[in-house]
Amino acid sequence: MSSPHLAMASSVSVIMGKVMLALIPAIAAYVYVFGPAILATLALASLTALVSEAIMLKLRGVPVQPFLMDGSALVTGWLLALSVPPLAPWWLVVIGTAFAIMVAKQLYGGLGNNIFNPAMVGYAVLIVSFPVPMTQWLAPETLAAQHLDLGQQLAYMLLGSLPEGIRLDALTMASPLDTLKSQLQLQHTVREALALPIFGSVGGKGTELVAAAYLAGGAYLLQQRVITWHVPAAFLGGLVAISALFYGADADRYAAPWFHLASGASLIGAFFILTDPVTGPTTPKGKLLFGAGAGLLTYLIRAFGGYPDGVAFACLLMNLCVPLIDMYTQPPVFGKKGG
Amino acid sequence: MSQAEHREIIDNGLWKQNPGVVQLLGLCPLLAVSGSMVNGVSLGLATALVMACASGAVALVRNIVPNEIRIPVFILIISVLVTVVQLLMNAFMYPLYLVLGIFIPLIVVNCIVLGRAEAFASKNPWGPSMLDGFMMGLGLTAVLAVLGGMRELIGKGTLLSGIDLAFGPQAKALAITVIPEYKGFLLAILPPGAFIGLGLLIAFKNYLDLRAQKRRQPAVAASPTAV
Repeated sequence: MSSPHLAMASSVSVIMGKVMLALIPAIAAYVYVFGPAILATLALASLTALVSEAIMLKLRGVPVQPFLMDGSALVTGWLLALSVPPLAPWWLVVIGTAFAIMVAKQLYGGLGNNIFNPAMVGYAVLIVSFPVPMTQWLAPETLAAQHLDLGQQLAYMLLGSLPEGIRLDALTMASPLDTLKSQLQLQHTVREALALPIFGSVGGKGTELVAAAYLAGGAYLLQQRVITWHVPAAFLGGLVAISALFYGADADRYAAPWFHLASGASLIGAFFILTDPVTGPTTPKGKLLFGAGAGLLTYLIRAFGGYPDGVAFACLLMNLCVPLIDMYTQPPVFGKKGG
Repeated sequence: MSQAEHREIIDNGLWKQNPGVVQLLGLCPLLAVSGSMVNGVSLGLATALVMACASGAVALVRNIVPNEIRIPVFILIISVLVTVVQLLMNAFMYPLYLVLGIFIPLIVVNCIVLGRAEAFASKNPWGPSMLDGFMMGLGLTAVLAVLGGMRELIGKGTLLSGIDLAFGPQAKALAITVIPEYKGFLLAILPPGAFIGLGLLIAFKNYLDLRAQKRRQPAVAASPTAV
């Protein structure tokens, strides 16, 4: 986070607390759009994260209490909970969170030593291993023909049982990016695809509201100086630049830049995931490179890859480049000529 | 060669210098075919057979091969033997041959085969060399069996599935479904599962060694083990 010459701005737990505070608007939007199931997912992910963290800290023989209370495990759990589909079965959340904390974070040496963003490793494991439940998105409340109340949502998440007369197909649909991808494969144009009821004015119906809430949370983090502007600006700029290029070349086959900004994990990625101080570069120039690279990769995976959204894989691939980026963007030592 | 030296060779191949978890040679087939126990063991045994014959043959010709061209000569010997094994599997275990595919001919370029030919067989008589090659091959097979079993169990919830490929349809009953109605954890079957699994195996082996070392010499400070 900071080089040894700078005073630490604030402790890890204060930063993590601010990050969680900044996620609250998005969670509220989530509840409004998809119903209260996300709250249960968040609770389950938090519990799993804390338990996995405690087990691993104990096994590693390091003090449990201070590391457990710094809140970093909770943030990982929350980010993963917000990445899986709203009605994710409990085992999906538990496996993803436990893998994120145990393998991606603690086996690499715990907070500060992990190379890869733990939440995104957890997400990648889930999307690779369980593609079906990971792509069954709950239809937004305004679109769904049938609704589940909190009790019914919990029953499905924990037991996999649905009330009589309701089938999972009636409740779920593909995510907006997924829908766009399959529509384009059916030789429909972007304009025809976006006329479907699942799409709203800029992104997906309902999900664009969640995206706006992430933007608000990101603005708060910027104002609090928890994150700097470099990564979000470079990431969103890179995403806009390459999508504008393709959109300008063929607007029938490639969605507009604003659609890419408002869809999928673009905004949570820009402000909450890619800005992770542990797995990102340290210098401003490095952050710009890192963000822009992630933006380009996200677009390439969305437009040409096999998965509907690419933020997670783009983040992991760029995490891999961080040591190299840090090496080449190191500012020259004061007093040394050249650099 | 004395009994103790034979024991040393066996110990090295199976544990101390295990190609899979200590020397980390031949990782390409190790990671690629360990998706199931049967595949892993089959390729491991094929490799062990090739290694025993190759090390023996290299030891026999070691004194008449000019030093400058020894590597190409060793590779030629190895590739002849691999071709024999490949044709044998093609003839008698055709389904397995289809499953293992390109990894059978690729035994030629498995570093561990040439590695043992160069490191051991080119300096020792043919008897110990054959033993060394075979034991190294068996060490690799053991790692393949454990890794394959782990990945198969976590990934598909079965053990020994596909055993009918090796022993014909009557062996199908040997396949065990450990976890019935298991939905599967695809990551374990995919390449990342191989890397994570091998990493865990290496860690486990080091843990066992460290524990054994501590028990043996509790008072003496642990010296760094040569790997």
